[in-house]
Amino acid sequence: MSTDDVLYTTADETTAEEFDEILDDDVDPYSGSYETTEGRVYTVTGGDWDTITAAPEGEKDRIVVNMGPQHPSTHGVLRLILEIDGETVTEARCGIGYLHTGIEKNMEFRSFVQGVTYVTRMDYLTPMFNEVAYCLAVEKALGVTEQIPERASVIRVMMMELNRIASHLVALATGGMELGALTAMEFGFRERELVLDIFEMVSGLRMNHAYIRPGGVAQDLPVDGVQKIRDTIPLLRKRLKDTVDLLVDNTIWMGRTVGVGYLDLTGCMALGITGPILRATGLPHDLRKSQPYCGYENYEFDVCTETTNDVYGRFLIRINEMAQSLRIVEQCLDQIKPGPVMIEDKKIAWPAQLSIGSDGQGNSPEHIKEIMSESMEALIHHFKLVTEGFHVPAGQVYAPVESPKGELGCYLVSSGGTRPYRVHFRDPGFTALQAVGVMSEGSMIADVIAAVASIDPVMGGVDR
Amino acid sequence: MTESSVPAVPEGVRQLDIIGVRNGAFGASGSGDTSGFGGLVAPIVMPAPAIRPFGGWYDEISDEIELSLEARNLPAQEAIEKVVIYRDEITYHVRRDHLVAFVSALRDEPGLRFEMCLGVNGVHYPHETGRELHAVYPFLSITHNKRVRVEVSVPDADPHIPSIVAVYPTNDWHERETWDMFGIIFDGHPHLTRILMPDDWPGHPQRKDYPLGGIPVEYKGGTIPPPDQRRSYN
Repeated sequence: MSTDDVLYTTADETTAEEFDEILDDDVDPYSGSYETTEGRVYTVTGGDWDTITAAPEGEKDRIVVNMGPQHPSTHGVLRLILEIDGETVTEARCGIGYLHTGIEKNMEFRSFVQGVTYVTRMDYLTPMFNEVAYCLAVEKALGVTEQIPERASVIRVMMMELNRIASHLVALATGGMELGALTAMEFGFRERELVLDIFEMVSGLRMNHAYIRPGGVAQDLPVDGVQKIRDTIPLLRKRLKDTVDLLVDNTIWMGRTVGVGYLDLTGCMALGITGPILRATGLPHDLRKSQPYCGYENYEFDVCTETTNDVYGRFLIRINEMAQSLRIVEQCLDQIKPGPVMIEDKKIAWPAQLSIGSDGQGNSPEHIKEIMSESMEALIHHFKLVTEGFHVPAGQVYAPVESPKGELGCYLVSSGGTRPYRVHFRDPGFTALQAVGVMSEGSMIADVIAAVASIDPVMGGVDR
Repeated sequence: MTESSVPAVPEGVRQLDIIGVRNGAFGASGSGDTSGFGGLVAPIVMPAPAIRPFGGWYDEISDEIELSLEARNLPAQEAIEKVVIYRDEITYHVRRDHLVAFVSALRDEPGLRFEMCLGVNGVHYPHETGRELHAVYPFLSITHNKRVRVEVSVPDADPHIPSIVAVYPTNDWHERETWDMFGIIFDGHPHLTRILMPDDWPGHPQRKDYPLGGIPVEYKGGTIPPPDQRRSYN
């Protein structure tokens, strides 16, 4: 078969019949060469260099490399489409959507409480922030923001700040691994285990907690919970210092990160970028300070900034923010007072509290006794609230939180029913990935990795 | 729906947003009515438009917007369809022809200075005839620490909205996602292609007329229908 017979430009323009024809002719559609309007295009998948070296000399060659979606250094299934000239990247584009799971659409078919189990799976490294943003939106739509018990808010802040530490640790760990600093990876994941142990103690799960619910939190802290968290903090602080000692003045680390992935304030504003990338340009913008939620105005902490505009500055901000988060967690432990952890309104709060029974976790025996043998009305109420859910007045709200990656916003529309009419999440990673091109064009391929690592995208959140 | 079941329209307000109709007391359908409330019919009405004075900082910011629009030779009544204030959030419903001028004013006027556009997303209201597709733009001013929301409604038959990528480059991917999920065409976008779904995907998944999909789940002899076919109380 001569190459003239094969004339396909892009995959989406190839019909199924044409595709079959190509396959029938025993030609690998993902390899070989073909003519396009821009000249002859060679598709190389490895091991077929003979066709390339046989290509006529003198043609203008542009090399387009697909990095990902299965490349280990692309944070999950991010596909980078790089046009390269030698080792220099002349154009960088992102291909996303490989982890699109339709979470927003699915939530339109579940009750408001069930929605928490979906949002926690979006950006799976910051589950607490997803849950808080969603619950704040539901509570705002209900108009009950003021009625959330203080203890619930303190627990939420504490969980969020612990989660911020875990997320930043993964950002440093994976970022370090991608740049060849494997010890940083081991340190990061080791320290993250300490946080995950706390999450497991509090919510029962290490990830995908569904712990924060509209109206409060699912369950109070365990009896010795406060003490256990307090005991973990010195260990975390000591070990975070290990990472600081390892990397902050490390010549190799600085060589890979200083001046790399440059994005200044103008670029951040134009591209709508928030979080550590924005604060690395020197602007102290942090929603916890400027538009406090969950009682953040009651805690003392500093907004960390750098003025380097580069990957190293973002790294320093993450390091410093972890120390600030530990400060906030300590204040939470001091401030926490006994009290309810769920809103008083019986039309919203689930009636039961979980307890550990002889057969594992379940509803508390007192509650079972009440609904099964004492009060028929309590049983009906429980059944209606769990199967049907609560009604939220018609209207639209937007609730933002400062996640480790920037502004995470939950836009929620209710039509007055028991299910959301529409939920949309403004994920900071989705917005920030648009900056890959401007951060890495003109740099070396190796610097693309550093730039993407400093954005810290998690594809579960980007694609939702 | 009888006339009397529609809530009274406040004076000075042109219309109410009725996005649907609810039947019965419990919202469930598909099973026999034993409650005696099955005949109830109630419209689902979105929050009513606000009338001046709005109170608080809303008046200041609305004055500022009107002045800056007039400085651009654009009467505010022509650009702004209505203003809704709900749960301490202000929403400007803007006519699509004037969207770019409106958001340029939001970005450039020193008294407004909304540096950040936090993207755009769609909502599909199939019951709102003639304005089925809405695009919602949240804005944040870091300088003044304020938020506003801009909403644009277009008919399903003519789903065109001018792109604001030239004013807010961050909306590039957000507009692509809204096109992908709702089929709203953003005129002037540099490359309006699908972003989350595959390039050759038919339909726009987050529209209300697009089915959720799913298969029945069997467990110990019982069958649970897919989520969109289960009893709903909405």
